[in-house]
Amino acid sequence: MSCGDTKAGSCGGGCGCASKAGAGEALNLTGGSGVDAARRFFLKSASAFTTLALAPGVTLMAFAESTPASARPADQPVSSKNRWGLLIDAGKCADGCNDCVTACSTENGWASPVKHPATDAQWIRKLTVRDPKNGSSYSLPMMCQHCAEPPCVDVCPTGASFKRADGIVLVDRHICIGCRYCMMACPYKARSFVHEPLHDQKEHAPRGKGCVESCTMCVHRVDKGETPACVEACAKAGHNAMIFGDLNDPSSEIAKRVATYRTTRIRDDLGTDPGVYYQNI
Amino acid sequence: MQRAFHIERLMAAIAVAIALLFTLPAGSALAGPPTPAKGRGDKCVAPTEWMRKNHMSVLKHQRDDTVHEGIRTAQFSLKGCIDCHAVKGADGKPVTVADPKHFCRTCHDYTAVRVDCFDCHASRPGEAGKSAGVIPEGVEHANAAHAAADRETLDRYLKEAGR
Amino acid sequence: MARITFQKLDDHSPLFWGLLALHAIVIAVGLGAVWYMEHHGHIVTGMNNAVVWGTPHVFAVFLIVAASGALNVASISSVFNRLAYKPFARLSGLLAIALLAGGLAVLVLDLGRPERLTVAMTTYNFKSIFSWNIYLYTGFFAIVAVYLFTMMDRGASKNPALNKAAGWFAFVWRLALTTGTGSIFGFLIARELYDSALMAPLFIAASFLYGLAFTVLVLFTMCRETRQALLSEEMVSSFRGLLVIFALAVLYFTIVFHLTNLYAAEHWKAEMFILRDGGIYTLLFWVGHILVGLLMPTAILLYAGTTSGKAMMSERRALTIASVLALIGGMSFMYSTIIGGQAYPLDLFPGKEVSSSFLDGQVSAYAPSLPEVLLGLAGVSIAMLIVGVALKVMPFLPKGVEYDS
Repeated sequence: MSCGDTKAGSCGGGCGCASKAGAGEALNLTGGSGVDAARRFFLKSASAFTTLALAPGVTLMAFAESTPASARPADQPVSSKNRWGLLIDAGKCADGCNDCVTACSTENGWASPVKHPATDAQWIRKLTVRDPKNGSSYSLPMMCQHCAEPPCVDVCPTGASFKRADGIVLVDRHICIGCRYCMMACPYKARSFVHEPLHDQKEHAPRGKGCVESCTMCVHRVDKGETPACVEACAKAGHNAMIFGDLNDPSSEIAKRVATYRTTRIRDDLGTDPGVYYQNI
Repeated sequence: MQRAFHIERLMAAIAVAIALLFTLPAGSALAGPPTPAKGRGDKCVAPTEWMRKNHMSVLKHQRDDTVHEGIRTAQFSLKGCIDCHAVKGADGKPVTVADPKHFCRTCHDYTAVRVDCFDCHASRPGEAGKSAGVIPEGVEHANAAHAAADRETLDRYLKEAGR
Repeated sequence: MARITFQKLDDHSPLFWGLLALHAIVIAVGLGAVWYMEHHGHIVTGMNNAVVWGTPHVFAVFLIVAASGALNVASISSVFNRLAYKPFARLSGLLAIALLAGGLAVLVLDLGRPERLTVAMTTYNFKSIFSWNIYLYTGFFAIVAVYLFTMMDRGASKNPALNKAAGWFAFVWRLALTTGTGSIFGFLIARELYDSALMAPLFIAASFLYGLAFTVLVLFTMCRETRQALLSEEMVSSFRGLLVIFALAVLYFTIVFHLTNLYAAEHWKAEMFILRDGGIYTLLFWVGHILVGLLMPTAILLYAGTTSGKAMMSERRALTIASVLALIGGMSFMYSTIIGGQAYPLDLFPGKEVSSSFLDGQVSAYAPSLPEVLLGLAGVSIAMLIVGVALKVMPFLPKGVEYDS
């Protein structure tokens, strides 16, 4: 997430490169001033690159298949027009199924099943909720609730905890000093502190000792127009208990469902306005 | 008097010790500046000379744009550097930053500048990193202020280099 | 009123050098512990993902709270015009700075990324009470330094208005500072045992008590070092009275805090945890904080004022014992509040029982590790070393009456 992820490998490499080179050539015809000299330099390498990036070939196919209408160009900043959220149907969430947790851990490179429950990072966990009065119980996945009014962001002294314009709450590990005040403030116990040095992190999920981290809603996938790994895994297992989408888009499935069914948000009383909705709890 | 003399002697000893410390890396400097491994493809995302001087600032800009605004342009992505400049070790796999041959380390060891990028970031290409998608075309940040700052330094460089 | 003369420490006793060396060693060991913790990560501490603030924070918050209180004596002399306190105003200011420095050092050295301290100094989120505190703390250093200047500079000290202005400013600032420190906890909506506006006044009352206790102990240590009676019997009596009032104030706010929580059914379980079922936290609350830290010092100090009490032990001894007890109580209060408040699980589904691989719904286990304790103790030693060195290089101490040897 916090690295300079390139998405060109899977998309821009193909179509983006070709079209950009075309535009550049047109510009190049206009003359040979200093600025254009710079462009020319880049163009030379651009043409080299077009072939390079196209070489794997498959990338074009991937692009065509996996880009939903919401995909945002790589050079555009996120906007508050979107509010990414999740709807989790506890009625469909199978007791004992851990697929979302496993998928998250594989995607983002944290160890699961955990060896040390007290100190290991857990971006997502399965929670069993039981009513002590009548013994009824259900299970659901619990992770960062991506609040619109996130207490972790309020208390962070450096601004490392922040909310993206599209509602995803993240930790900028470049300026996180590891004070853990956000962990004190989070009502959902959603954050983990990295207690040990790490090696061989995933290239799209940088994480390291001494910083706080939590569910990123798979921001690196969302930025490519894909869905978070947990949602994908849940659908793959046939449970379809999780939906990801834009709460601000009335035509999205998540917005329609939230508008139709009775949903709950955890500790809604605290006024944090979470972006994760639960059904049947 | 006696004490003052000793203090002077002590100061001199410290000065010599510090001077010696500086000569240690200078010893390896006799071999001349390092030549980091060449990247894939025939051109870097910007002139090599310019990148030597400015990679840190463009990476920093890209980092802020990516983390906070979700801008994921390819030109100055750290992942791009890592993918392109991977150095293969004895086992044929790209080396991590733990190896002195690592692209970043060759110069950073020489200049004794410690970077903490790889406390968190992967220092070698992952499975998904087979295709480095660099699209060199001007200075490409979508954040206008960042792009302008970097473009200015690049333009100045190109002008001075007479290119 | 007679002119007050001040002195630097010279003619050192083995006690002075011994203490200085001890503190230097403790600091060195503490720094070693920091290196160890930073090298291996927080895995080598007792802290975990539920109890994220451990023993270092207990020490740090305790020292920071005490720092603001250490300024009591100076405030009383220049804000409330009690001339009798004037001779101790300089030491009071010095102690305030030293304790704050010790506390902040611990706080900073426990960060996950302490090397990024410059980030904390340059990048701010102004909605964070933590950020405000960075300003409150650094401001406190500056203001108390100016305040000390108005007391100690030959020219400035001739101008009482200047001293009064600086004194008032420092007084207001220290109240803001402790309000800020208390609010670090008071502003946390999710933690039932913190989330209360009463945290601020409770911390202010506590700061008065611990700060004065520190001042008294340093003064008595210096009496031994200088072999002079630095405080008159009347002053000892005044300090005795103040300490009783402060202890009772802490007791009052503690009672109100818990009563308010007990009245709300939603907090019963949390209150029962800290007051009845919390094991070590309950023990530290009742025995450490209430009994040893508040009731015993109050009883001892009140008894020491009576005729039979005076026959049994000197007021000085009573004051010393009461101060030590108050500080032990202070550490207990901080431990049961800071760590107990985190050990009690978050209430994700009120009224329901939750369980998970992340230990939801369970009281978190926490045991301080040796490096944490060493770091905390190093904070105390940093404060005391600063005081010791400062007393040697500048005239902070009043000249007293030589003891008969």
